[in-house]
Amino acid sequence: MLEFFASNYALNLLILICIYVILSVSLNLIIGYSGMLNLGHAAFFGIGAYASALLALAGYPYWICFIAAVFFAGLGGAMIAYPSLKLRGDYLAIATLGFGEIARAVMKNWVSLTRGPLGLPGIPKISFFGLTLTTKFQFFIFALIIAILVVLFVSKIVKSPFGRVLRAIREDEIAAQAIGKNIKKYKVIVVITGAACAGIAGSLFAHHITFIDPTTFTLMETILIVCMVVLGGVASIRGSVIGATILVLLPEPLRFLGLPTSMAAALRVMIYAALLILLMIYKPNGIFGEWRFRHAKSKEAL
Amino acid sequence: MGIAAQLIINGIIAGGIYALVALGYTMVYGILRFINFAHGEVFMLGAYLGWVFNILLGVNVIVAGVLAMLGCAVAGFVIDKIAYKPLRGRGMLPPLITAIGISLFLQALAILIFGAQIRTFRTGEVVRGITIPFIDAIITKIQIVIIIVSVALMVALHFYIKYTKTGKAMRAVADNYEVASIVGINPNKVISYVFIIGSALAAAGGILVGMEQNLTPTMGVSIGIKSFTAAVVGGIGNIYGAVLGGFMIGLIENIGIWFIPSGYKDAIAFAVLLFFLLFKPTGIFGVKKGEEVSV
Amino acid sequence: MLKVKKLYKHFGGVKAVDGCSFEVEKGAIVALIGPNGAGKTTVFNLITGFIEPDKGKVLLYNKDITGMAPYRISKEGVSRTFQIIRLFPKMTVLENMMLSMQNVYENFWLSMLPLKQKKLHEAKMVNDALELLKFVDLEGKKNALAGNLSYGQQKLLEMAKALASEPELLLLDEPASGVNPTMLKKITNLLKELKKKGKTILFVEHNMDFVMKIADKVVVMDGGEEIAEGPPKKIQKNKRVLDAYLGKVIKIKRRKKK
Repeated sequence: MLEFFASNYALNLLILICIYVILSVSLNLIIGYSGMLNLGHAAFFGIGAYASALLALAGYPYWICFIAAVFFAGLGGAMIAYPSLKLRGDYLAIATLGFGEIARAVMKNWVSLTRGPLGLPGIPKISFFGLTLTTKFQFFIFALIIAILVVLFVSKIVKSPFGRVLRAIREDEIAAQAIGKNIKKYKVIVVITGAACAGIAGSLFAHHITFIDPTTFTLMETILIVCMVVLGGVASIRGSVIGATILVLLPEPLRFLGLPTSMAAALRVMIYAALLILLMIYKPNGIFGEWRFRHAKSKEAL
Repeated sequence: MGIAAQLIINGIIAGGIYALVALGYTMVYGILRFINFAHGEVFMLGAYLGWVFNILLGVNVIVAGVLAMLGCAVAGFVIDKIAYKPLRGRGMLPPLITAIGISLFLQALAILIFGAQIRTFRTGEVVRGITIPFIDAIITKIQIVIIIVSVALMVALHFYIKYTKTGKAMRAVADNYEVASIVGINPNKVISYVFIIGSALAAAGGILVGMEQNLTPTMGVSIGIKSFTAAVVGGIGNIYGAVLGGFMIGLIENIGIWFIPSGYKDAIAFAVLLFFLLFKPTGIFGVKKGEEVSV
Repeated sequence: MLKVKKLYKHFGGVKAVDGCSFEVEKGAIVALIGPNGAGKTTVFNLITGFIEPDKGKVLLYNKDITGMAPYRISKEGVSRTFQIIRLFPKMTVLENMMLSMQNVYENFWLSMLPLKQKKLHEAKMVNDALELLKFVDLEGKKNALAGNLSYGQQKLLEMAKALASEPELLLLDEPASGVNPTMLKKITNLLKELKKKGKTILFVEHNMDFVMKIADKVVVMDGGEEIAEGPPKKIQKNKRVLDAYLGKVIKIKRRKKK
């Protein structure tokens, strides 16, 4: 048993779970607490990964790479903050999707920076204060600590007075404005914070896989994260943790069927897609969700 | 003259396809206020069905096209009944997420059934270009067919919407769902018709594109988003807007690659989409609806 | 203290508010009445910033607050309730109250820091909230979800919430509608008490008994503009006011015949 958890296979899975926990918790912050269905989350993940990888390849120490990942992903969040104030519901979803695809087009076409479709190989191992994470186990511990910190951070946001206002805004934007809450400011902060957290996941991912290219940060990736959020329950932090864990592990048995790679990948997508549809129809609250998607209508009768 | 004319011709050809697919988006949105994300995959399904009938079963290409349109009409009908209908009245996002699920499901299904190999209708004869006199641009026979068929279908839709009973019912439901149901129109029936017609048009687009390019399981994704953009640009819910928007997007992206690197060709549509969503969400022909605050 | 000057707001062809002007004096209870569709709620929405006027001005203590964002107008000291009750139904009564109060710790960074003053402030807010809840007889319900209260209790909570921000001016949209006689009495007493405390109140109401009993001044609107203004007794006999109400009835009848 212990041997299994120490194997590279298990450690890889555990590290991926940590990364996806960060992604789903941060996306849940955005979906559950600002009410926007963000279909560009993979872009923030990618921006963080590229920022961290590029600086590491240029020889900067890891803590700078990490901060850069947070900063640039947060900057990406700021870019969709404006549409998130102006648009709502499905229009906002499609606008964030557009943002994600444009970001990916930039990753693919800014060859002088990102090497385009060739990707960035040989991303160095994480090291800070003279300590280098050489083994998978060490990396896992690091990823676990970061994931726990992010989860605590997001839980703290939600439980604080700031989070109380967020819940109020989610329930009734008009009433929140009437009692003096600047709902735009709150939404912008939430979107930027969520994006910045996704950047952290990107940094971990880049240094874990040691190779990144634009094909990782597609709409499919965002959908996978949305699946995790919906499965666990919108606006439930522990739900996102569970959702991410389940969905990282779910397709693993497929490996043992011995299918060709392309078939296995398609089957994986099919499982996620079917799960998403069934969840929406039969269990839209997810496992822990306290609340279904808000009906996006703040323009309704006053 | 040559290059500019060629880009315009290319834009018109692509635009015809976008318009056909955009009609499905706009008709569904007009009635249900819902982006049918899986519409691009119906387009892809149409292309593959056409290929199955024509290449695998050896049916005449026109008959294969009609059969593929029928097949997609059924698929559209079934998708609506199984996945979307249970979610009506549950807000905006659940049906959108379900539609994304359907879209990915169909893509994966196509990969499993048809594999990653390139499938093609292509024969040497139809792709050979003809030089159009005076403007020095090249067009292939199949491209001429694309323009003729897509325009013919749009005209047919116009007469259908304008003069048949179902067409009128569609306009009534799109205009005011509640009132239409009060005067005895069955909205569910109208919605089914909208999915059937929209899917058949998308299938036609799929076959036309498939005859010119290779078939891939993901071919519906970018067409889908561009056609949706076309619907938004024209004013979503307005079928004439969708046609105009389709041709505009075709022209914008084909002329656009003159100015920016061609790698960004797909991003052009997204940029146009973002621009319209942010600054002119009602599109060119769109009317403001539900904006007034009721007192 | 509140001056509404020549406000205009048209929705397409509908002239919801069409040159409306009136004034609310400090410490007064002013009723805004008029037939359905006279534009009363729209005036409320224009004052509180939820709708921007096409033309005209809203002055609070001679400060121009026209077209300010609703949250800023709230911070200027204008509090409101809604015709259709707007609470945070899945939050507790206490949370609903605390949200209305001034709280610097709602700032993102401050709320993340483990500050001692934050705890003290929370405790103080709970105290103040309980006091206000006592005032409206909802103290016993502090941990109930707002959505689980009865209709009348929700109305009281909405009022208490509006008071919690310590407003200068209180705007109530139909405070007496749909409540039973006991609750109505309660609300009447509540408003009288608020007046004693020196609060200024502007309210929209259709219940004329209630209006006559409580208002110091009545402003009558019809067709988007004010047609009369004065003490309740005088307004009752005003010919234009009577015409406005009766005229509407006739118009509606005619439309029905068609």
